Amino acid sequence: MIATEHVIEITYLIATGLFVLSLKWLSSPATARRGVWSGEAGMLLAVGGTLLYQGIVSYRWIAIALVLGTIIGIPLGRVAMTAVPQRTALSHAFGALCVTLVGTSEFYLRAPDVPPFMMGVLSLEVILGALTFTGSLMAAGKLQEVLPQRPITYKGQNIVNLGMLAVAIAIAVMLVVHPEKTYLFPVMMIIPLIFGVMMIIPIGGADMPTVISLLNSYAGLSAAAMGFVLQSKLLIIAGALDGASGFILSVNMSKAMNRSFTNVLFGAFGQEQPTAAAGKEARPVRSASPEEAAGILAAASKVVIVPGYGMAVAQAQHKVRELYDALTKRGVDVKFGIHPVAGRMPGHMNVLLAEADIPYDKLLEMEDINGDFPQTDVALIIGANDVTNPAAREDKSSPIYGMPILDVDKARTVMVIKRGMGAGFAGIENPLYYLDKTLMLFGDAKNFVGSIVRELTGGHG
Amino acid sequence: MKLDLLTSLYVFMLAAFIGFEVIRRVSPLLHTPLMSLTNALDAIAVVGAIILAGEGKSKLATILGTIAIVAATSNIVGGFLITDRMLKMFKASGPRKP
Repeated sequence: MIATEHVIEITYLIATGLFVLSLKWLSSPATARRGVWSGEAGMLLAVGGTLLYQGIVSYRWIAIALVLGTIIGIPLGRVAMTAVPQRTALSHAFGALCVTLVGTSEFYLRAPDVPPFMMGVLSLEVILGALTFTGSLMAAGKLQEVLPQRPITYKGQNIVNLGMLAVAIAIAVMLVVHPEKTYLFPVMMIIPLIFGVMMIIPIGGADMPTVISLLNSYAGLSAAAMGFVLQSKLLIIAGALDGASGFILSVNMSKAMNRSFTNVLFGAFGQEQPTAAAGKEARPVRSASPEEAAGILAAASKVVIVPGYGMAVAQAQHKVRELYDALTKRGVDVKFGIHPVAGRMPGHMNVLLAEADIPYDKLLEMEDINGDFPQTDVALIIGANDVTNPAAREDKSSPIYGMPILDVDKARTVMVIKRGMGAGFAGIENPLYYLDKTLMLFGDAKNFVGSIVRELTGGHG
Repeated sequence: MKLDLLTSLYVFMLAAFIGFEVIRRVSPLLHTPLMSLTNALDAIAVVGAIILAGEGKSKLATILGTIAIVAATSNIVGGFLITDRMLKMFKASGPRKP
């Protein structure tokens, strides 16, 4: 008996080590796949060890659930790369669901005899789990566009939301003092379920990278709380690692959007929605045809391409790859400038461009590429807007003032592929478009890039 | 094996520090795979669900435990699969085959 228990503990110990190594190996693309294998090995060991547990009286439901989970998991692992943000949000929801359900069962198994500390972490587990569950489902729905993407805001939104959270915490405190009042438990679970929905309602697409990171962090913390309840070091550590990862990403994202971290924590997203550009008279812009654009690109020696969410929407990444190939063949130096919040989740653009077979050493982060723009002949912007807006640097009255941007306006020529003159997510006009050096290329990103590629390769047969 | 509160807190604190140090080094290039990998690792919560569903202490625990296993397993399988798929795509530029 004791021997099996030790075996289980040892599998957990090894799994913990493998998990930490897994994240360590992820630090560079060269070793990253080893990280996945080590994570898988740790997971197999830990699950295998758990199945040895003497207290298990029937394997029937476990087996059915493992098979069912695998059947659901395989298609979720095979989604298109453009669908990765919503898949990620959905997996946060599943993780949080697991934690919430386990927490709920643990409460009813232990009640009414729950020690205060146990009740405290149990409440934390269930509150965090429940709000992450509905919040992530909402985020996935918005990303999949089954829910309206426009942020919905109303007066006193923050007060309502914070009030709900306060009530949930007050109930948790009451349960800590009186764990025998089991009828309070469902209430404590339902409030954060509603809170999760309310938290995501005011959030628009451009805030998604921050929100997904934050939900990631919550999912990790709720799992760590579950580790406290079950007294499992393995779970505490895995949850802490996940929580730390989500936290780092949230801080990165909020910095990249020039929002304070408290601003992010309290869900005050998408507050500024000035309906600019509406009544304004159209200022003149210079536009160009694919032929002209191809001519300028062919004559350049250094080109930086700046992709944004628009590239993902138009599914233009493979055409961009063809453009990259055509220009590289002509001896043009082509690099990509990636803003941290480009796209709908951290690292989104890198994954799309890697899928299109663009070598990762050509994908440069904002800090690394910004120094290059003054020596760049052409900055080609594909489906990005606010992250290139020089008003963030110069115009103190601009709502995005202070946000770090890609300094595309320092390049000799700027070309912007855009459907029309509509303002970006933040509803802010982009003075970049009215510069003398800027050429607007109006059209669908995929078609326009395709036409440029035809022009470039046509002459060479 | 029993853990007291203080030991749990020590474990949590140290793991959080390790997490910060290790994850800070992850290149922003790989932030999407990072998120899907940590998500898969986080689904280790399945061990708690397995015990719950297997012990059969109450009908509620068995039902909720079973659903929890399904949710966590789909994260494990899907998370590792998609992370590996993404990482396979990241290639350095080198001599490309014609």
